Formats: sequence, C-alpha cells, structure tokens
Amino acid sequence: MLLNTHELSIKATHELLSKRLISSEELTRDYLERIQRIDPQIQSYVTISEEVALEQAREADHRFKTGEGLTPLTGIPYSAKDSISTRGVNTTCSSKILENYKPFYDSTAIQKLKSVGAILLGKTNMDEFGMGSSTENSGFFTTRNPWNFEHVPGGSSGGSAAAVAAGLAPFALGEDTGGSVRMPASFCGVTGLKTTYGCVSRYGLIPLVSSFDTIGPMARSVYDVALVLEAIAGHDPKDSTSRVESIPNYSESLRQAKNLRGLRIGIPKEYFVEGLDSDVDSALREAIKQIEGLGAEVVEVSLPHTQYAIPVYYLILFAEASSNLAKYDGVRFGLSERNGDSLLDVYLKTREAGFGAEIKRRIMLGTFALSAGYYDAYYLKAQKVRTLIRQDFEKALEACDALITPVAPTTAFRIGEKITNPLDMYLSDVFVVAVNLAGIPALSVPCGISNGLPIGMQIMGPHLSEEMLLRIGHLYQTQTDWHTKHPLCWNN
Amino acid sequence: MKYEPVIGLEIHAELLTRSKMFCGCEVVDSIIAKPNRYICPVCTGQPGSLPVLNKKAVELAVRVGLALNCKIHTESIFARKNYFYPDLPKGYQISQYDQPLATDGKIPIETATGTKDVRIRRVHLEEDTGKLSHADGYSFIDYNRSGVPLLEIVTEPDLRSPEEVRAYATKLRAILRYLDVNIGDMEKGVIRFEANVSVREEGSAQLNTRTEIKNLNSFRALAQATEHEIKRQIEIYARDGSVEQETLGFNEATGKTYSQRGKESAHDYRYFPEPDLPPLVLDQDWIDSIRASLPELPEAKTHRFIEQYELKPQEARLLTSEKALADYFEEVVAKSKSSARTVSSWIAGEFMRYLNELGLGSTDTPIPAEDFAKLIDLVTNKKISANSGKVVLSEMFRNGGKPEEIIRAKNLDQVSDEGWIQETITKILDDNPKEVQQYLAGKESILQWLMGQVARTTKGKADPSVSRVLLVKSLEERRK
Repeated sequence: MLLNTHELSIKATHELLSKRLISSEELTRDYLERIQRIDPQIQSYVTISEEVALEQAREADHRFKTGEGLTPLTGIPYSAKDSISTRGVNTTCSSKILENYKPFYDSTAIQKLKSVGAILLGKTNMDEFGMGSSTENSGFFTTRNPWNFEHVPGGSSGGSAAAVAAGLAPFALGEDTGGSVRMPASFCGVTGLKTTYGCVSRYGLIPLVSSFDTIGPMARSVYDVALVLEAIAGHDPKDSTSRVESIPNYSESLRQAKNLRGLRIGIPKEYFVEGLDSDVDSALREAIKQIEGLGAEVVEVSLPHTQYAIPVYYLILFAEASSNLAKYDGVRFGLSERNGDSLLDVYLKTREAGFGAEIKRRIMLGTFALSAGYYDAYYLKAQKVRTLIRQDFEKALEACDALITPVAPTTAFRIGEKITNPLDMYLSDVFVVAVNLAGIPALSVPCGISNGLPIGMQIMGPHLSEEMLLRIGHLYQTQTDWHTKHPLCWNN
Repeated sequence: MKYEPVIGLEIHAELLTRSKMFCGCEVVDSIIAKPNRYICPVCTGQPGSLPVLNKKAVELAVRVGLALNCKIHTESIFARKNYFYPDLPKGYQISQYDQPLATDGKIPIETATGTKDVRIRRVHLEEDTGKLSHADGYSFIDYNRSGVPLLEIVTEPDLRSPEEVRAYATKLRAILRYLDVNIGDMEKGVIRFEANVSVREEGSAQLNTRTEIKNLNSFRALAQATEHEIKRQIEIYARDGSVEQETLGFNEATGKTYSQRGKESAHDYRYFPEPDLPPLVLDQDWIDSIRASLPELPEAKTHRFIEQYELKPQEARLLTSEKALADYFEEVVAKSKSSARTVSSWIAGEFMRYLNELGLGSTDTPIPAEDFAKLIDLVTNKKISANSGKVVLSEMFRNGGKPEEIIRAKNLDQVSDEGWIQETITKILDDNPKEVQQYLAGKESILQWLMGQVARTTKGKADPSVSRVLLVKSLEERRK
C-alpha cells in the first residue's frame, strides 16, 4: 500500500473507506502488518486478534457495499485495554491469573463498537489489574514509550497509548481510575479523555476501584476522541452506576465551535508548585496563553484539599481492590492450582502464583484498611475527605467553567527509575487522582516536548461537561500542532 | 440458682420472585433443576459483571417489613460482606449492613402465660449463595441458587423457651405465606432458621455468651435443639464453667447439639458500602400503596373470626393457619345456611382428616365451596344423618361429584317417616326376643345394639333421634 494509512485521522480514514479507495479488509491488514513489524520493539499488544479483526472487517465491507449501517466508525480499527472484556478473545488484565481467560460476553463498550462496525485489532498491555502508573507492573512485559524505548509509556493504559502513538491503531479504549488514560496519553503525546464516572458503561470492565473506574477513548486528536465517545457513551441498564442523561452530538459541537469567548479557565494554584519540572511548567503556561488567545478568561482558583488526594485515593483503592480481586481463586476461571491439600491450599497457591508483587501488596493493605477496628480510621475517613475534595472542585467550578493543570510533574521517566519504591510511583499521580475522587471528566492534550518526550495539558470540567472539554481541546488543536508530532518509529 | 434462656432467632427466607436478586436469571427449585442451567455472568461472578437490583424483591421486602410493624427506611444501603468460599462466586455477598431496609418491628405470639411481643431488630435484603454437595472425594457447586433473593429477619433476644421459639417461627412462617412472599418449606431450605441461645440468672439484665445453632430442617428440630442447648449451657454454668462462643449443628437422632467448627474467632467480614449499587431510595407513596394492599394478616383474621363468627380461639387459630384455608372457610360460610360454628367443626374435623389421609396440603381445597356448603346444610336440616354426611364427603374427596347425586346413588336419604321406621323396629324386636328380654330385665346398654341393628337394616337412613324414641317406646310396650 503506497498510502501510509496509519497516518490518517479517523475522519480521513473513513472517507477513504466510503469512497472505496481502500477496503476495510485491506486497511485492517495494513494495521496488522504494521503491528507485526513494529510492535516487537514497543510491546504495546498482549493479544492480536487477527481472525476476529478480519471477520469484522469483512462485515464492515459488507456495510459499505450495501450502504446500510454506516457510521463514522464503520471500518475503523482500534485496540482495547486488556481489562475490557471481549467475548472469545483473551482478556488478561496483564495478569498471570487471567493469562488464558476468554470471557463469555462482551463489555457494553465493545458491543457498541461492534454495532457501529469498528474493528478490534487486539488487546493492549497494562499495569496488572490497573495497579501502577508506568505499565512496569504488567505481569507479562513492560511496554516501551514509542518516543524513547528506554522510558515508560505511563500507566496503567500504557499499551493503549503506545499503540496509538506508534500508529498501531487509529484509536484505543483505555481505562482511567487514577490517571490511567491521561498519564500515558501525556507521556506518549496522544489525546486521551477520562470520562465522567457513569458516562460510559462499566459493564464488562474488569474492575479495579468500582467507585472510580471509567472507560475513555485515546486517539491522535480531540476530534477523533469525540467520534469514539459518541459511539460508546450512554446509559446502560446493566450498569447501575451508569447515568441516564442523553448524549450530545460531540463531533457536531466541535464542527460548530469557533472560539472560547465567554469561557473562564481556572488555574488551581496547588498544581503549580515546586517539584514541577520547569519544561512542563513553561509548556503549560504557553498552552494557557494559547487558550487565552482563543478568547478565554483566565483566573486563579484554589483546591485546598489537594494534598490529601493521594492518600485518600490509595486508601479507597486498596480497600475496594482487595474486595474486587477476591473472585480470582482458581475455582471458576483463570489460573487454578488445583492440586492443593485443602481448599485453603488451592486458594493460596493459585493467588501466590497468579498475582504480581504490587497486587499482593495492595490486597494486604486493603484487607487491613477494611478490617474490624480500622474501617473507621481508614476507609470511612478517606471517604469523608473525598467529599471535601469533591466540594473543592464544586466551589472552584463556580468561579470558572474549566480548570487547566499539568498531567504529570515530569515527562516520561526511565524504565526502572521509580519501580523499586512504590511510594515514589504513587506520588507521580499527584495531579490526576483528585479528578477520579470527584468523578469529573478530564481531557489530556499534547502541549509540548522536552528532551524528545511529550508533555500533556489536563483540562477538567464539571460532571458530564465532556462537550465543553472537547471544544476547548479541539480549538487548542486548531491553533497548535503538538498533537501532529510523532515519534521516530511513526515513519517506519 | 434459677436460669432463664435468652434466645433470638435469625430467619433467611427465599423470596418468591421470578428472577434473581441482581440479574435476570430465573429462580428455580434447585433440588429438581439441572445444575448450572440458570446462571449468567452476574450470578457466577465473572470478572466485569455488575449487579442490577430486582424491584419486585424490594417490594416483597417492604411488604414483610410492614407486616412485622417495622419502620421502613426510605434510604438504605447495600454492603459487601467479604469472605472466601466456593459457593460465593464474587468472594463477597451483596447484603445490607449499616443501613438496612427495615428496623424496630414487633409481632405478638401466644405463650403459656398469655400474649407477648417479640421485637424485630431488622429486616434486610441479600443474595443467596450457590449450593455445594460432596461425593466421591469431589465437591460439586451448583450456581442455580446463587443470587436468589433472600430476606433476613432478625429478632431481639426476646424468646424465653423452646415453646416461644416454636410459636414465633410458626407465626412468622404463616405471615410470610399470607404475604405470598415465601412458601415456607423448611425441608427444602427455602426458609432457614438459626437460633442464638444464651442463658443467664433469672432477673439479671446482662447478656452472656451465646451460641449459634444452624442447619435446622424442621420446627421440631428447632425446638428440640433449642431445648437441648439451654440445658447444656445451664449445666456448664452450674459447675462454674464458661460457655464458648461457637456455631453448632443439631443431631436429630441423638437430640444433641454439636460444635460445627473448631476454635475459631468471629469472622471479620470487612463490610463496606457496595459501590456498584446506588443507595436504595424509596418513595413514601409507594410504601403507602404497598401498605394499603397488604392482605388481612393471621393475627387480625383470627380476632375477626372470633368476633364475627363466634368461634373459639383454638378453632379460629386453626382456620387461619393458612390463608387459603381461611378463605375457603369464609366462602363455605357465605354459601351455607348453617351457622359458622357448624361449618367450622366440619372443616376442623372431617375435612382436615381427609386432607391428611389423602396427603393433601391444607391449602388444597378439592371440594368446591358451594358443594361443601350444600352438604353441610343437608346434614343440618336432617335430610341425611351425620354419618351419611361423612360418607358423602369421603366420596366427594375421592371421586368428586355433587352431594345430591351421591346421596341418590348411594341411597342415603335419611328417612324420618315414623311409620316406616316403626315397621323396621317391630321386625327387629320380633327377631331378637332375647335382647328384648335383656333390656326389660334392666340391661340398658342393649339399647345401643338395637339402635345399631336399626341403622344397619335401614342402611343408615333412619333418623337416629326418631329411631331412638320409637325404639324405647316399642320396648316399653313389650314390658306388658
């Protein structure tokens, strides 16, 4: 194929398909071939679902032929983070305990993408069960940052971000519990959206923290992200925490967007402090100027309880995860060390063999935090402070419409740099976790490069304000070209 | 030193909903259904599955809470009860902990010393586990039952004897059946009773260590186990020992409780609010509409029967033990011209007897109310004798049919025609001179035999009271 199909946006790719300049099957084979060729260096994919992809491509081609059932995502290939259930295709959460687990059902998000004719290329690598900020905690292998193979891609949706950044999928589904879409998006120079809790159905998403988990799209532009969001958002009766509101036509709103006049952008002072890399700081300030240039007014705001976000987040995470991971016991599915001396033996052997060190650490901490005599002091207290943090955002978002902050204090760190000290790793989440505690949406958009590594800007808004966030990000991308920069392997 | 028992009861009742507590799987009788046919990702705890609340289960729970005079909380929370066991697929059970659906209720029970109230501490919703069975060195799990809606009802430790325990259990079961919430079959495990037993010095207000007795399959076992455990604990205290907190089973053969688990500290279930389910918020209007649609409950019905039909308390209680039976009774009374007391004695007597004989349940009413009423009236009006009436009833039970047809077919019409009876009597006395002499000599009991002969000869048709008068008169005449 002379045309480098991987360089095209979703919209441009779709045009190609609609005009029958290329068939969906050919396009899919292009991507599969590219993955075979390039991914061994990056290792973003855990499973490449070639048969399924080609079958879905043929089905999409049929739609193009008959002209029926065509949507903006018909024929567009994508990858999904390996915590999102895909029927008949391995869904491992990058854990040995689910190494060969094939779900009997599709998650709702996957079902929706199937129904619009998108094509599943495969499942991407992650920190095991979402526990991590660098994808180094994967039970299989570490994904490399396509910009510099010695550096992490961020986590826990590192595989999704790397695949999109390296041109190995036009878009990817990631999952954000404590920054896991935004952080890798920022580290890999792609656009990623953490959706409002309840905006996209969690049915089929293998949970880490049931109170925080969200599914969100990652792509190479805000416009592409909007197209995916349209397809996957919406109420799901199978998810009791799913919201009922109707979905706006996000892409239409972007097409109509002209400027940001009348919009007030808040800059929380607690997010621009010592410890913030100077390049990151400058890139953010430059980006904020661009946004002002689009007509927005900038004000300083305060989120006074920011310093408690990390301990609150991790306490709740440990507790809920310890409960969510109880089902991995070797009885019904997954790894099973069946030859034990007793039931307890089977449990212990299976979980010892199946879980990585960080998983075990967090299960122990969570069990402790929930135990009799400690529940009030830890879990309950954390939930109460969480309310204060949520109220911080509510107050701040009365004085402005959206907030802008960095995504991470630095660019992507080196592989191995933080992995030996879990606390160091936890602290790199400082700018992203508060958003999850409040349940609000946040968009990560590329806004600079430092020493060859991307910098991301985070735009936060009130519940279900995705339309506004996408508008801000999209207009920013009409004025800048950071999102069009690519790593070297892009040209391979 | 006198001791008094302090007993609380915990009941788990499977709710009569069409589908499970948190998914759409059908609720089936797991004893007869093929294993693992009525399952889905949710009730087998597949990764990524999520619970969705069954509204009908909530409605039934509210019904029960209201019937037990509880406060229904318009906001309640689901919680995870965490522990590991193969019949618990998620590794936690979704239940309610801190803020249950209903609390602070009470129901009256009849005791030897009069009526007393048993306080209900709480009523809450939860899901059932799967079913484990063991054979050939393997353990088998059937998840058909996993996720079935359960109602847990906990009393305060207000019960003071095995009799009170039984009275409460019986009452509660009747209420649940009246409400159409549970079928009450202890043997099938659709309703499970656990007793928490402790004893203390009479007059003391403190609560001593209690034991938990589980896996009781009948009211009898419940009462016996409680009785044995009370004795066992009293004996321990009598010799200055201490009771260990433990879970016990009951061996029906030996009549003794036994320890089910080794030394074990109380389970820490690490309860926390279920994040996958929002708080359950109930509309007060909805609760009120449920209250308005509650059927008349056993207690109220019993009192009404005593008042309205002038029945004795014992009779009223028997008739109201099952709603279907009570309804049947009232239907028959409405269609009959006989007194309610007469109808009551027919039902409590012959009718119940045949039900038992034929192995029918007390909710089965194989005889249409109209026909039964007709039969009762025929006896009351002396158209047939009481004995003939029983024969007709028996026939109606076995082969159906209308009373008049059966009477005609079997030639059972009671005859009061004095002339015809007199003819029969005269013949019998002529044929039995020895007996006549015995009577005249003073052996009054021979009258019974002679009455029997009249009945036999007339095939039960002769009206006994008329026969007796004529017989005595005829005998006296022969004295001369």
